[in-house]
Amino acid sequence: MTQKKMHTSDFRPLDVQAIRADFPIFADTPPLAFLDSAASTQTPRPVVDAMDAYYDTYRSNIHRGIYRISEEATDQYEKARQNVARLINAPRTSEVIFTRNTTESINLVAYSWGSVNIQQGDEIVLTDLEHHSNLVPWQMLAQRTGATLRYLEITEQGLLDFMQLHDVLSEKTKLVAITHVSNVLGTINPIQSVIDAAHAAGAKVLVDAAQSVPHFHVDVQQLDCDFLAFSGHKMCGPTGVGVLYGKMDLLEEMPPFLGGGSMIRSVERDMSTYADLPAKFEAGTPSIAEAIGLGAAVNYITKAGLASIHVHEQELTKYAHDRLQKIEGITIYGPAPHQKAGVISFNMEGIHPHDVAGILDTVNIAIRAGHHCAQPLMKKLDVIATARASFYLYNTLEDVDRLYEGLQKAQALMIRRK
Amino acid sequence: MNIYQEELLDHYENPSNYGTLPNPDITHEEDNPLCGDTIRMDLVVEDDTIKEVRFSGQGCTISQAAASMLTEKIQGKSLEEVKQLSRDDIMDMIGIPLGPVRVKCALLALKVLKAGAYGIKGWPGEENT
Repeated sequence: MTQKKMHTSDFRPLDVQAIRADFPIFADTPPLAFLDSAASTQTPRPVVDAMDAYYDTYRSNIHRGIYRISEEATDQYEKARQNVARLINAPRTSEVIFTRNTTESINLVAYSWGSVNIQQGDEIVLTDLEHHSNLVPWQMLAQRTGATLRYLEITEQGLLDFMQLHDVLSEKTKLVAITHVSNVLGTINPIQSVIDAAHAAGAKVLVDAAQSVPHFHVDVQQLDCDFLAFSGHKMCGPTGVGVLYGKMDLLEEMPPFLGGGSMIRSVERDMSTYADLPAKFEAGTPSIAEAIGLGAAVNYITKAGLASIHVHEQELTKYAHDRLQKIEGITIYGPAPHQKAGVISFNMEGIHPHDVAGILDTVNIAIRAGHHCAQPLMKKLDVIATARASFYLYNTLEDVDRLYEGLQKAQALMIRRK
Repeated sequence: MNIYQEELLDHYENPSNYGTLPNPDITHEEDNPLCGDTIRMDLVVEDDTIKEVRFSGQGCTISQAAASMLTEKIQGKSLEEVKQLSRDDIMDMIGIPLGPVRVKCALLALKVLKAGAYGIKGWPGEENT
């Protein structure tokens, strides 16, 4: 799947050492082995510099300011939007809405689009792999409207059981909300096929791209998805800014989500008319510095090359699988390395995942342990929690070696008398 | 100093008072929704004094070791004394600094004890917040 999507023309091997030099957090010796980018990534210097420049030299509110630095702030904020639109190949810049994060983007669709398009008896199709952010908003919508949630299940290998799709889709289906890449198993879903099938059934499709847009090239025109959501903080950008892409005709028909400043055209005592896209969905002063930071982050990962990032992560994932599999008593969840992104969920027999993460922390290795905001998936896997290592452009084979050694240390410590 | 030192690991591997009681006066079980760790506490109380105590459950080193240490601490104590046990007492008992997530692991046993014995809800140290 991903091979086809990759722009092979921009491929060149990553210069990981040069990349790492841009991240002050890796300056220590020995450096932090940061293996939790699926939760939130580190921030390179150019992103922080772009935000500093705003605060130091042209800090002001955007839009409507009749003075130079406000015009500069507006210009930079809108340039960030153009960068994002280019990244995902959105046909129009006005189809890119800045939100707080993926969660807010999905809630925006659930409240706004959902309020006029979902009724009692309608069905919303989700999958076993959804993060709570692409699950709870739909539960809440279903409870408000009397709609029903249907789930596409995964196979033993952690792959979407695509054959179920045709049984689940019907004329009742109004929306398919699906993650592009599982934040727990790393599974890369065949979303092109899902989108095509959903459209054939007359349903709209929202793609949770929080774990895909940062890692490989995603083209909304090629996919033809109706909505796509992702977060700045998982792609070298700051926290507090996310993106909702939506097709223009859908966004134009949708009622506003939040009301307030910026999103209006004119306000009278009893009613208002609303601004054009994208302002209609950006009520109040937005995260200006953060949006500018996200614009810089888009430049940063584009310059590194998304195809190069993807190939680098595949190499790390395969290497990590090969090494970790040799550890006795380890269970790695999810599909084979070539079918997934740079995410490895695992458990060590006899060691609680919190202890795995705690012991690794003592040797300066950061991984995540817990339910990863995917409790239904944990139940499906029949585990309470897992440990999870995830990769990004700044990780090295040495990080993987340290993980391997750290896990051996955990095993020696915790199962020493058995 | 880190959390994976001998004393804690000893309690984890060879917990004191592990198991259940056939006829407990008080029995209560809760989990930590953050990580799914569970602790059950069984108590036999005579003359307002904890005569026997057992704990059971599953989870990480900290939650299980803290439960083991807590049972040792409360054995033979009066219910009034036990009621006074605080978050700080547990932190002193563990004896090493813990981050905010792992603090909850350490406090789970006391939370279960207080909910079962006195109907006190919430995490120790956060009851009034």
